[in-house]
Amino acid sequence: MNEKKKSILSWGVLAVVVAAGLLVGRCAPSGPKAAKKGGAETKSDVAVAAMKTYVAPGDLDEYYLFSSGGHSGQVYVYGVPSMRHLSTIPVFTPYPGTGYGFDDESKAMLGNLTWGDAHHPALSETNGDYDGRWLFINEMNGRIARIDLRDFKTKQIFGPVPNVSGNHGSSFVTPNTEYAMMASRFSIPIPKGTVAPIEKYATDYKGIIAGIKIDPKTGQMSLAWEIMTPPFDWDLGDAGKKVSDGWMFWTCYNAERATGKLEVTSAQRDRDYIAAVDWKAVEKAVAEGKGDLIGGVKVIDPKKVPGLVWLMPCGKSPHGVDVSPDGKYIIGSGKLQGVTTAFNFEKIKTAIQNKDFTGDEDGIPVLKYESIKDAEVPVGLGPLHTQFGPDGMAYTSLFVDSAIAKWKLGTWEVVDKIPMSYSIGHLCAAEGDTVSPDGKYLVGLNKLSHGRHLSVGPSQPESSQLVDISEEKMKLLYDAFTEPEPHYAQMIKADKLHPIEVYPKEENKNPLAIWDVKDAGVTRQGTNVLAKVVLVRSTITPTAIEVALGDTVKIVMTNIEQTTDELHGFGLLDYNINIVVDPGETKAVTFKADKPGVFPYYCTNFCSALHQEMQGYLIVKPKG
Amino acid sequence: MRVFFEKSNRILDLSLDLKPRAFLVLAFVFLIPSYLFPLWTLTMFAPQYPEGLRMGIYSWKLEGGNKGQDVKEINVLNHYIGMKDIEIADFNEFKWIPFVVGAVGLLILRAAVLGKVSHAVDCLVIYLYFGAFSVWSFGYKLFWYGHNLAPTAAVRVDPFMPPMFGFKQLANFGVYSYPGLGSYALGLVALCLALAVFLAWREGRLSPAGALRAAA
Repeated sequence: MNEKKKSILSWGVLAVVVAAGLLVGRCAPSGPKAAKKGGAETKSDVAVAAMKTYVAPGDLDEYYLFSSGGHSGQVYVYGVPSMRHLSTIPVFTPYPGTGYGFDDESKAMLGNLTWGDAHHPALSETNGDYDGRWLFINEMNGRIARIDLRDFKTKQIFGPVPNVSGNHGSSFVTPNTEYAMMASRFSIPIPKGTVAPIEKYATDYKGIIAGIKIDPKTGQMSLAWEIMTPPFDWDLGDAGKKVSDGWMFWTCYNAERATGKLEVTSAQRDRDYIAAVDWKAVEKAVAEGKGDLIGGVKVIDPKKVPGLVWLMPCGKSPHGVDVSPDGKYIIGSGKLQGVTTAFNFEKIKTAIQNKDFTGDEDGIPVLKYESIKDAEVPVGLGPLHTQFGPDGMAYTSLFVDSAIAKWKLGTWEVVDKIPMSYSIGHLCAAEGDTVSPDGKYLVGLNKLSHGRHLSVGPSQPESSQLVDISEEKMKLLYDAFTEPEPHYAQMIKADKLHPIEVYPKEENKNPLAIWDVKDAGVTRQGTNVLAKVVLVRSTITPTAIEVALGDTVKIVMTNIEQTTDELHGFGLLDYNINIVVDPGETKAVTFKADKPGVFPYYCTNFCSALHQEMQGYLIVKPKG
Repeated sequence: MRVFFEKSNRILDLSLDLKPRAFLVLAFVFLIPSYLFPLWTLTMFAPQYPEGLRMGIYSWKLEGGNKGQDVKEINVLNHYIGMKDIEIADFNEFKWIPFVVGAVGLLILRAAVLGKVSHAVDCLVIYLYFGAFSVWSFGYKLFWYGHNLAPTAAVRVDPFMPPMFGFKQLANFGVYSYPGLGSYALGLVALCLALAVFLAWREGRLSPAGALRAAA
């Protein structure tokens, strides 16, 4: 009896403990709901967002979004508002999907580098507005590529440019595409190849900013000028427009000229700098023959040639510097601050005229902060990058706050904020860095996506979130998961682009192109074998190519189709050859036949009902 | 019967009135579009070709839609069933049809100027013969392409007659075949010629034999 009582008691105690535990458990803090969902909360919000982003099958998007692929080296094309991935433009990395980096021409263009950290795409402009001709994109190994938007193909990779190390502050174009720009993030002793101890960083390491001239007709890039700077880490830039046309602005961190553990050592001062460069004056100085030859190119030292570069103090560790559509304001965002600074271009000019300086850095005058700023806008924590709307509105990404702040130019008041999931880096509004932004859409390029998609293991995708900016309140419309890693993007109205869908036969000027299967065949000159190949549904002609071991084989293939979508591939097994030829295009691949045997080649790009049958053999006969 | 022929002979020798002559000139004018517009149009739709492949057959050339690309595409597709490439060189019609149209035109003008009823009748008869032969020739060409399939073709299909007029489903393609503007104009030529003859005949029958200047 006693035993039973005891047992009931202990059960009772246990029950109370469990109940208390449950209660406490329920009281434990859980994440705020809004942060979890991060936007559309009510059913009607979801319905509106769905309607605004739904592009019915067969319908077309309103905008193209060209998103940088970061260290994947590519440019990814999305449609807005659907956020559908439309295509990948290979730039700095081989891309078997289009045979890029396998044929002679693209292989030569890539050079010895098979990766590039692609950062900031820039659409070509006329009078400060996108003209839909070219897309430029930089990468860290000192290169800029030009993509022709007539066929969405990389046409030129310029560089590595001498002296430029870590080309991050790039490829921002000027309002009439006179230049794409370069700026070094990692200063080194120049010319490349020289060595100085790290202790001499402050004096012997140099930063470089460079102007890359763009031929107005062909888009061909060439080096125009370089300016040597103190070893600051140049970060981002934007060209002046309208009233500030002729000027270029770059942010830098590490004004301390520190080395080692930069996260500490470079964040000691309250302010870093924005460089203001009068590039029209630089052009003049270059024309007058100024500059010294370093690394085979003329480099201007601002100490010797004053009147070209000035430094504007800006909040600690700035990232973005963005010029307002009217060109009047330069918005500099210090990542480690809670404000973004609006500088007034007129005031900058006046300060330069009045020599309103507080000192200099290796001969480059530093302007007085109070004299050139118009406002410090309390946007929130970690302001990073700013884009603009058509109505005088600015949108600043807040990395630390993981949000976007919307604020008004002139009155400097913050009118709205929207959380982003998560840790937004850059943002891209529709034509939002031109003289006439469209508004309507904005894409936040977020660094973290955790938990907002089906789990795909530790390699998490980046997230790009589409935001509706057509109304007073910003509204989250869509989560897209993008290829790594979008550092910046360009959004252009779809009707500004008119891409071709086949290469017209009459434009093919390749002397080795052939258009009739009768002309296909193999010829030999010594140990050089030339195979002229025709690709057309559903035969690769010739169907056998015979060579001898040790021959240098050049296969030139022409896809004689003139029909949209009739791409043909040429995959050669065991020789690591994978070519894709678009309709009307001719591509060549040259290799040494260094393995004897019989090697099948076949069409890799499904073309027709008899695609499987589109095949042949490379026969490499052993010697003797 | 005898009366008819005697009467006919008399009428044939009569000079044409203004109205029939006007119709002859009109007939001549309606020949011109046959150089400018297709005589026949073939349009093919398939799921993969929502915009369709188009081919216009003129009196002197073939014209593919999409800047000529459609004919090439039709040929690429047809090679799978072993059909011969549709090429201008294979169309003798392109050599003689324009010539015959020109000759008929001159005959019509001659009839309009010299102006005997018999000339108008000649024009009508020659023209109808030419028309009938052309339509047969076109039909035969279609038949020939559909029945001369290479025995080694990848895809074996039974010989077939492509549609000459209207719609026909051929494998995944829905094929529409219709006369073009040029043919409608040629139809009007026939109509004008017939009207010219009809009017001349009616006039001849009504007019008293003595009043005619034809004998003079």
